[in-house]
Amino acid sequence: MIKPMRKLTSRFAVVLVALMALFAGQVSAQSQPLNVQIVGGTKTAIPITIVPFAQQGGASMATDIGDVIRSDFNRSGKFRSLAKSDIVEAPAQGSDIKFATWRLLKQDYITVGRIKDAGNGMVQVEYELWDVNKQQSLLSQAMPPAPAGDLRNVAHQIADIIYQKITGVRGAFWTRIAYITAVGLGNNTTYSLLVADSDGFNPQVVARSKESLLSPAWSPDGNKIAYVSFESGNSNIYVQDITTGSRQLIESHRKGINGAPSWSPDGSKLAVALSFVGNLELYSLNMATREETRLTNSLSIDTQPVWAPDGQTIYFTSDRSGRPQIYQVSASGGAAQRISFQGQNNQNVSVGYDGKQIAMVQGNGNVYRIAIMDQSLGGQVRFVSPGPYDESPSFAPNASMLLYAATEGSRGVLYSVSADGNVRQRLVLSDGDVREPAWGPYRQH
Amino acid sequence: MNKTVRIALVALLCVGAAACQKKQVKPQPPMAEEQTTQTQAPTSDGKYGPQDLDTDACLRQRVVYFDFDKTEIKPEFQQIMACHAKYLQDRPMSHIRLEGNTDERGTREYNLGLGERRGNAVSSALQAAGGSASQLEVISYGKEKPVCREHNEDCWGKNRRVEIVYTAQ
Repeated sequence: MIKPMRKLTSRFAVVLVALMALFAGQVSAQSQPLNVQIVGGTKTAIPITIVPFAQQGGASMATDIGDVIRSDFNRSGKFRSLAKSDIVEAPAQGSDIKFATWRLLKQDYITVGRIKDAGNGMVQVEYELWDVNKQQSLLSQAMPPAPAGDLRNVAHQIADIIYQKITGVRGAFWTRIAYITAVGLGNNTTYSLLVADSDGFNPQVVARSKESLLSPAWSPDGNKIAYVSFESGNSNIYVQDITTGSRQLIESHRKGINGAPSWSPDGSKLAVALSFVGNLELYSLNMATREETRLTNSLSIDTQPVWAPDGQTIYFTSDRSGRPQIYQVSASGGAAQRISFQGQNNQNVSVGYDGKQIAMVQGNGNVYRIAIMDQSLGGQVRFVSPGPYDESPSFAPNASMLLYAATEGSRGVLYSVSADGNVRQRLVLSDGDVREPAWGPYRQH
Repeated sequence: MNKTVRIALVALLCVGAAACQKKQVKPQPPMAEEQTTQTQAPTSDGKYGPQDLDTDACLRQRVVYFDFDKTEIKPEFQQIMACHAKYLQDRPMSHIRLEGNTDERGTREYNLGLGERRGNAVSSALQAAGGSASQLEVISYGKEKPVCREHNEDCWGKNRRVEIVYTAQ
């Protein structure tokens, strides 16, 4: 299903290369080159121009708001934004737009904006969204004043509003991602749990360990991350508050694995996989009472629980039929139903917000790819990654994109991919091995 | 069955066996030579002592390798099971940590389960050969601690292993 880049029109390819070169120049200071690959064509992508925002007073900004929004849109697969080098005019407000120019460039929408000095290191960003063909204003808004250092956040928020205005779906650019890095070799490896913006910028270390870290899981309010650490020898589950840094040891049975944490949608419970009985079983841990309720009972490996959005059922990986497949069990336990039937093996579910799209790792022979099963389409599966060692799918909160981990050479890298599989982008986040991505919820602040 | 078919079959079996043997031996090159130099427990009463962990050719073998997606102990590791089980019997205060590992294929958490299953298989084999459950603990690292990082069967074979670690001698 994944097609090579041949569908790319040559003009668009040139524009893309120019765009990438621009990005490389822009962000090299933060060593985060972006690499957009259009893999399946973007015929359905909506053409939109983001005119570089005019700066009205104050010192020049380190962040180019237009670049951030353009990059957000291109990564989404839903839009293709006109390359900065092709933006021939620079209107700062709606009344300056010459619509004929943008019609000629086959643009459906145009965004113009202004950055104003609001004093005390604060800036205020105003923007407008126009329909090029109807010459009609769709949005005209002044964002709340923000510190100049916060402009990337402001840009992502503007991208979210425009995305929603045009597609009808809430944007998920102003979100964060968590992931694990491993830097160094052998006993000198340092593992870190990091949190960054959805485009990989502003990485912050949340936890470090000399032993492996894995399986970060965001609490629904976005304030905490549950994860597995081997720092004390065995696998244990911790929950860390990412703003205060305070940390709690949640599961540490001396015998067996303590792994695969997943928050219930209301944040009151953590589903986990524990093997103190001798093999991995799923449990639901009440975070207030610390009471463990056993959910599965089989002699096989039961792991990677993930709550359905309604909180009523839990998806998980089990090899009770021989090879690992996806099953579903009531959140209070009981008999489980197998739900994956295509492919040799399926593991590690991520569920879209509406519960219809279920992403998983599907292994066939030595090739592991990210597959999305659409339950509204009778369990049909589509692949959104090329393999061969892809894993850890994680949906954006609006399910329009996913993150996943891949291997390039001997190194782990992260990709974001549009849910239709058409647009894929590598996020280069660290010099070491990058893995275990988890897309956080919508931000409240 | 005519003669040519028989010969062909025998030839096939030989090829198969050779291929298997090659694969099995490869991951532990140092053991083959040592096996011939020293085989018996040197202590006078026939019981193992802590020094044997460094000198005994069988006890020095501390890694059990597995086939893909398998947890069965292969026949060539039975001897290792027997000598380590004997050591556990001879030294009741000794203790072993069995560290289960997998190759890179599949997801991290599932591989944790797979590594544990392999550790449990070695634990069962050691108990069946006379070791006591209280002397054994299993920990799984899944695919977190590879000894080889290339993407090929040779490398994967080296990573699908249980390491026998003496935490008390």
